[in-house]
Amino acid sequence: MAELKKIATRDSYGKALAELGAEHDNLVVLDADLAGATKTGTFLKAYPQRHFDCGIAEANMICVAAGMSTTGLVPFASTFAMFAAGRAFEQVRNSIGYPNLNVKIGATHGGISVGEDGASHQCCEDFALMRSIPGMVVMSPADDVEARAMVKAAYEHEGPVYMRFGRAAVPVVHEEGAPFVIGKGEILRDGDAVAIIANGLMVAEALEAAEKLAEEGINAMVINMATIKPLDEELVLSAAKKCGKVITCEEHSVIGGLGEAVCSVLSEKLPTKVVRIGVNDEYGHSGPAGALLKQFGLCWENVYEKAKELCK
Amino acid sequence: MNELERKQLQIAACKLRMGVIEATHGAKAGHPGGSLSAAELFTYLYFKEMNIDTAKPKWEDRDRFVLSKGHTAPGLYSALALRGFFPVEDLPTLRHIDSYLQGHPNMNTVPGVDMSTGSLGQGISCAAGMALGGKHQNKDYRVYTLLGDGELQEGQVWEACMLAAHYKLDNFCVIVDNNGLQIDGDVSKVMSPYPIDEKLRAFGFDVTVVNGHDFDELEAAFEKAKTVKGKPSAILMKTTKGKDVSFMENNAGWHGKAPNDAEYEQAMNELKAILAGLEA
Repeated sequence: MAELKKIATRDSYGKALAELGAEHDNLVVLDADLAGATKTGTFLKAYPQRHFDCGIAEANMICVAAGMSTTGLVPFASTFAMFAAGRAFEQVRNSIGYPNLNVKIGATHGGISVGEDGASHQCCEDFALMRSIPGMVVMSPADDVEARAMVKAAYEHEGPVYMRFGRAAVPVVHEEGAPFVIGKGEILRDGDAVAIIANGLMVAEALEAAEKLAEEGINAMVINMATIKPLDEELVLSAAKKCGKVITCEEHSVIGGLGEAVCSVLSEKLPTKVVRIGVNDEYGHSGPAGALLKQFGLCWENVYEKAKELCK
Repeated sequence: MNELERKQLQIAACKLRMGVIEATHGAKAGHPGGSLSAAELFTYLYFKEMNIDTAKPKWEDRDRFVLSKGHTAPGLYSALALRGFFPVEDLPTLRHIDSYLQGHPNMNTVPGVDMSTGSLGQGISCAAGMALGGKHQNKDYRVYTLLGDGELQEGQVWEACMLAAHYKLDNFCVIVDNNGLQIDGDVSKVMSPYPIDEKLRAFGFDVTVVNGHDFDELEAAFEKAKTVKGKPSAILMKTTKGKDVSFMENNAGWHGKAPNDAEYEQAMNELKAILAGLEA
């Protein structure tokens, strides 16, 4: 897929905020000394009066966002996934989730593709943490087009939303203007041998694997499941019914993320063999993002191998 | 304030304390000690200071109050009920299954509650966010938040203080109920927050120290707070935990314990005597 343009979804986040800011005066952005990295600097340049740096104090920032939302503003609170979902978990749970406030959390630097910073900053637990909060929408876009559409959908949605964006540039697999609906997965490639359900940067890897599988006569279905919660159960069930075998792919721990969400639905409603590709209950480490992803099996080659094994 | 107004507020505070006893007795649980120590504060805010409308609890231009020390919900609920947000008769349903009076304040079930709180250290940040939101939108309303002295041990409190001073939130007033006791005992022995006034000044607040049971001192402090420009205000209230119920006063054991039937009778009789004295 070398021909595809690559863009980091954190850049898409910043760009989308700046675009949305032009349309909506009540949109405000909060940061915790990472505006340069979360790319909200783009919004800051355009609307300095609507950007509030909270300093290196994420717990406070989350609650400040909660308070601001009660005054009619729509705050996008931005920091790294590790600090938004990890450090400030209880603030998100008690001050945003429980009162069901209209706060959007833009968490960048999710997963091990953070790269050189290493394990302390490679959050592979955020889907699990955020999924466990009642009423929280949890999403992870596949590419630039979807990320920008997702930010707009998050603004339109009334209630708490968690969005995870990536540091590394990833292939753009969607056509410009592709529609995005919270809670709806999409079939990017139809097939009947195995259903590969992916999100984030694993979507492009899944598509690549499917191409290679097709060359060997294995027709894999590829689903982009950008919304982890609420999960598109209907699509999961129909794909499992059609293919009889499922592989989930995510840049997240195999504990508590997309894989487990899919397993939960299938085990109760349509028991189906599922193979989960993700980070296998371990910490990441320093290294270039691309090399790390390969090392941890978050690559098309691993998806291809697992699919071939499953389709034997 | 004149004598009549002072007396009216003292009567309201006494009735508020009765509500606290009714609620915690009805709940067979809850936090009377810190509710009683802040009775004058709740009374002052809801019967004199705050610009609110019981017919429109979510009125967008209202003053806001966030009970950062959310466990003293019985005090807040009693104030809200007496002010007319909901029936006083509902207070004893506190903490009952299916009651809207949750153990800690819930902004979505209790009319008049401006923020759901209970996890210490978070309310002050939420309140600062409300003040920041108000300033950003050029609103005139003020935001008040009440913290316990033990709550100052939460690091997030100081993150919020830094932000309030940084953004010059002069529409923001932090009140600390310095009753000196927390669950495990004397705050100075558990983990000293002292000197509270100097810490708050160092964080950029205009600080006034008052006797939290004296309405004249409260009035002077709140009036002064409204004149402070370019920085947030703090009112450090010296109070007595369990105030006006003899066996609860200065006893950490009454932080989070409900009176049994006999204790309820005694507490109510003591408060009724105080009320009779005020109304005489």
